[in-house]
Order: sequence, then C-alpha cells, then structure tokens
Amino acid sequence: MTDSALHAPAETEHAPRARFWHDLSFWGLLPSRLLMGFALILPIFIIAAVSLATRGAHGGFAWDLNLAGYRQILFNEGWTGELEFTPQYLLIIGRTFLLAGATTVICLLFAVPVAYFISRQPPGRKAALVYLVTLPFWVSMILRVYAWMIILGKDGTLPRLLETLGFPAGMSFMFNDGATLTAMVYTAMPLMVLPVFASIEKLDGTLIEASHDLYGDRWVTLRRVILPLTAPGLTAGAILVFVPSLGAVLEPTLMGGGKQMMMGSLIQLQFGGGRNWPFGAAIAMTLMALVMIFLIVTSLRAARREVAP
Amino acid sequence: MTQPHSTGAQKAIEVKSVSKSFGAYQALKSVSFDIGSNEFFTMLGPSGCGKTTLLRMLAGFESPDSGSILLNGKEVVAIPPHRRRVNTVFQSYALFPHMTLEQNVAYGLENLGWEQARIKNRVGEMLERVHMGPMARRRPAQLSGGQRQRIALARALAPEPEVLLLDEPLSALDLKLRQAMRDELRTLQRDTGITFVFVTHDQEEALDMSDRIAVLGGGEVQQIGTPTEIYEEPVNRFVADFVGETNFLEVEVLETAGGEATIRTPFGLSITVPATGPTARGRATLSVRPEKINLGNQAQGLIFEGRIVNKNYMGGYTHYTLDVSGTELRASRRNASREGDTIPLGATVPVGFVAGSARVLAA
Repeated sequence: MTDSALHAPAETEHAPRARFWHDLSFWGLLPSRLLMGFALILPIFIIAAVSLATRGAHGGFAWDLNLAGYRQILFNEGWTGELEFTPQYLLIIGRTFLLAGATTVICLLFAVPVAYFISRQPPGRKAALVYLVTLPFWVSMILRVYAWMIILGKDGTLPRLLETLGFPAGMSFMFNDGATLTAMVYTAMPLMVLPVFASIEKLDGTLIEASHDLYGDRWVTLRRVILPLTAPGLTAGAILVFVPSLGAVLEPTLMGGGKQMMMGSLIQLQFGGGRNWPFGAAIAMTLMALVMIFLIVTSLRAARREVAP
Repeated sequence: MTQPHSTGAQKAIEVKSVSKSFGAYQALKSVSFDIGSNEFFTMLGPSGCGKTTLLRMLAGFESPDSGSILLNGKEVVAIPPHRRRVNTVFQSYALFPHMTLEQNVAYGLENLGWEQARIKNRVGEMLERVHMGPMARRRPAQLSGGQRQRIALARALAPEPEVLLLDEPLSALDLKLRQAMRDELRTLQRDTGITFVFVTHDQEEALDMSDRIAVLGGGEVQQIGTPTEIYEEPVNRFVADFVGETNFLEVEVLETAGGEATIRTPFGLSITVPATGPTARGRATLSVRPEKINLGNQAQGLIFEGRIVNKNYMGGYTHYTLDVSGTELRASRRNASREGDTIPLGATVPVGFVAGSARVLAA
C-alpha cells in the first residue's frame, strides 16, 4: 500500500507517454500478429488436430480422436484388427532423408566453387552473376521441372546427344531416384549459392594472404582458414536446402514417376487420391517434428562452436 | 653519399628494373635497389608511390610485369608466397579470428612441418618475447590494437624468416603506443638479426628506425640513403619536401664547382652552398630547414632581417613565420630556457643561417 502510494505521483507523470508507446507497439504489431496467427500457427494446429481425427468413410474425416494416423506409419491393421509391422512408410522417410541429404551435399560441392568464383569478379560482373543465379526463381517451378523432363526423358536432349556419340538409342534417364535428385539439386542450388556467396564475400582476403604467407598452400588455406570462417554461411545454405528438400513433392512425382515416393508426395497422395487426411496429417506432423529436431541439433552445434575456446 | 646499393657484403634482396602497371596506371617504373642482410630498410613515400606494391612483390602476392627480384641471390618471381622464407606483418594484422593467439603463432610452424614439441617451445618463446605469454589462450577479438600488433609480430617472426616485411604496422596505433612500438621493433630487429623491410608514409617513423631509407615517389626511387643523408642531403625537391619541413627559395645559380654552388638569393645575397642536383647555371631551388634558421641574438652565418608575422608556441619549441622582403620563411627555435619564447609578434629581428646547412636542388 505504502509502496504504491509512494510511486503514484511518478506513475501519473510518466503514464501517458509509456501508455502511448505500449499502445503503439500493440496496435502496430497487430497486423503481423494476425497474419502469423491465421496463416502460420492456426493451420499447424488444424493439421495437428486432423492428424488425431478418424478417416471418414468417403474421404474427409470425422472428429473422433484416435492415433490411427500415426499408427499407420508403422503398422498395418489386418482384417481381424491385428497389427502388423510394415516398413514401407519408414522406407519412404528414410529415402526422403537420403535424397534431401544427397541434394544438400551435391549443392554444397557445386555452390562453394561457384560462390568463390563470383566473389572474385569485378563489382559489375559480380552483380550480374548473382542475378543469373537467382534467375530460375523467375520461372514457375513446375515449368523448370518439365524442362528437366524434356532434357532427360525418352527422345530428350541428353539421350539424343548420347546417341550421336554412339550410345544405344532410346535411353531414358527418367523415373528413377537419379532423375528426382537432379531436379532437386537444380531447384535448390540458388538457395545454397546465395548464403555461401555472402559468407565468402564477407571473408577478409588478407586472411587468405596471411595463410599463404605463413606457408599454407591452397588446400591448407581452404581447410584451416576459408572453411572455418565461412561455416556459418555453409550451415545456413545447408539448412535452406535440406529443409525444403525434405518436403519435395513435384520432383519425386514428375521426375521419379510417382512410384518412388518421398514424404512430400506421400502427404499429397493422402490428401488427394488416397483420401486419408488423418494419415496425411500424421505424416506431415512427423516431418515437421523431424525438421525441428534437425534444426535444434544444428543450432546447438553452432552455439557450441562459438563458445568453444 | 647516395647509396643505391647496400654497403654490406651480403645482399638479402636485390630488386632489378622492376616495373608494374595496373591497367593504364604505372605503379612502378623500372625500380632497382638492394637491401643488405640484417638491415632495417624502409620504403617511404606518399600513398600511390608504389611502396606497397613493391612489398607485395617481395611477399609474392604480386608479380612484376618485367624485371627480377632476388632473395639471397635466388630468383623468386616465379615462387609462390607459401614457398618463400619471407613473412609479413599486415597493416590490418590479419590475425585468424577463429584461432587462439597460440594457434595463430603456431600456424606457420605447423605448415613448415615442425614437430609438436618444438612448435610448443617456439610459440611459448615468441609469446614471452612480445609480452603476451599469459594471454596465449585468448582470441584476437579480445585484444587491443597494440596487443594484436604484438601477436602479428610474433606470428611472423616465429618461423625465423629470412626477411620480415612490415606494411605500415604502426598506422592503426595511438601516438604513445606507436612510439613504444618503434623502439620495440628496432630492438627486435637488432636481437633477431633478421632483415626488416618496413613500409610507411610517416617520415618520422622512417628517420627514427631505419638503417637506410628508400624514398619513393611516382613509381620511382627518388633517393636511397641513411636517415641523415635523406634529411640533410636531399637530392631533389620531392625528397626535401616529403621528408621533414623545409623552406624553398627560388635562387639563381651563378657558378658551380665541386659539389658546391654560388647562388644569388631573393634577398640579394650571394653565397656558396652545397649542391646535389644541378650543375648548370640558372634557376634553382634552395632548401633550408626551419630549425637551421636562427633568429635574434642567435642569428649567425648569413644574416638578413625579417618580420615575425605568425607564431606557434608548441611548448618545447616555437614555430615562427617570417616575412623577409616579401618572401615567407618558416623558422623554429627550441625553447631552451623558460624565457625562450621571447620574440614578440610583429618584431623585426635578425635572421640567419649557415651556408653549409642549406642545399641547392634542381628547380
């Protein structure tokens, strides 16, 4: 009581001003809060809810809470209700991580020299090359994937080229994991090049000279100076490529022929032709959980690297 | 007098007719000089004079368009930086931010393939030498500018290079620290016996530390010599102007003989002074350093009269600006006693300088 009485005059003096700022920050941020709430958080809760619902008899779902959607990832329910372990969806999850991981590694291997090359160019050409890297973003993704079908498919550009070089006619490179991977790498490449370029660009060239000056050859300089100092950019690029690659839909569907599924195409199938929304939602939630684990592990490792002596 | 070639028997570095252009800009125009073993050699000049380009060529980061560079008698132009026994102290220090001080100093030794135990000893020794022993486990970001400087020195000296290159290493330090580091660098050079090649635009630094100085200007060597030679016997107007302060007087050469010239000054006096540049009669420039001009009762040698038009009291000495029959002259006088600064503004006083302390240069 005495406390509040003591502070009362000061409060009345400063209250209008503080209140103004408080109100401004509340109302000013409201649009973005609403956007976040409706466009991001609400849909996740809806999907989470759907994943716990029951499959409807004619598609859709009923609000009859159970874990059947999640159970289906691991077990098949037999005629008599007995549960039979089935690895097919685990295999799809495994394939998904394998393909996304391979995409990330291949993108890294290509992006580092490309980014290094761009960073060594004079300013004008540098800007032009960065623009060229982002150019594919201006074309619809589905068109870009179709372009790859034209290149790799039967009677496509690559098989014909090989034919003229004496290889047997009628080769096709479509509808396998290689084709899926090719399109995934192509799609993700700019997302890798840009952050890697940013970190290489930021690297102080004198440090590279200092390494050479102290008897470090190119390999030593790359391993002991360039890579450690560009690690944040490489990590950012890896996350930007790996995470969306986990949810790839178009590439496995169009390039892989839809038979070799990834989690993304499996989810799409469940919400589409499969008419099993709870199962699709359960896979989506599983994918999200796995991505979050990956991100947490990555950021913990990054934090530890910074603290390390 | 001028020594384009070092007096020592052994030459650490020989630069022979080195030229370099960047596009249309000619950075170096057929530059030649030698640097002796164990020498503290300074390349002094304004920015754009080519001194940094030369240093980078010695390190191996640039290669000359023509000419050759010999290191201990061996041609090195084609040898990459990591295979030259030359180390650099960079202007920005270029310490590896992700490594501890210890790791920074050990880097060169590891690349040379030294044994772990030997590296450990040498790193400890070098850190002690630059008084950074207790901080071995810290990172460069935790250091002050002066401390970074020391680590950069330790890192560059640890592999016992044949030549140490220093690229304006003191320019980022504050005044007091810079003075202390000058003494420390000089001591380090004497103790290690390593050839130091020092690049700076600060003439005071160059005069203070060097065995010999090469004054560079416009991509050419203007003069090479000991600090005293450079200061007292400049060969041309550029050197006289760039190194220290001086008065330039337009004079007429009446007669020249044996390194001396008889000239007529603007004040109508005829004197005989040492000459380096011109031998022909005609117009020339006389250079007289402000501290060589004495005033009032101290005036001696050639004496005339001048009026004090400006005065800057600096504590230890006072700068005077004089009007001598329409020509402006600057003089400085050491305030040897408390009453040193006694000449009032506007006073007309005797002004003098000893003929031998002035110098005639090409116009």
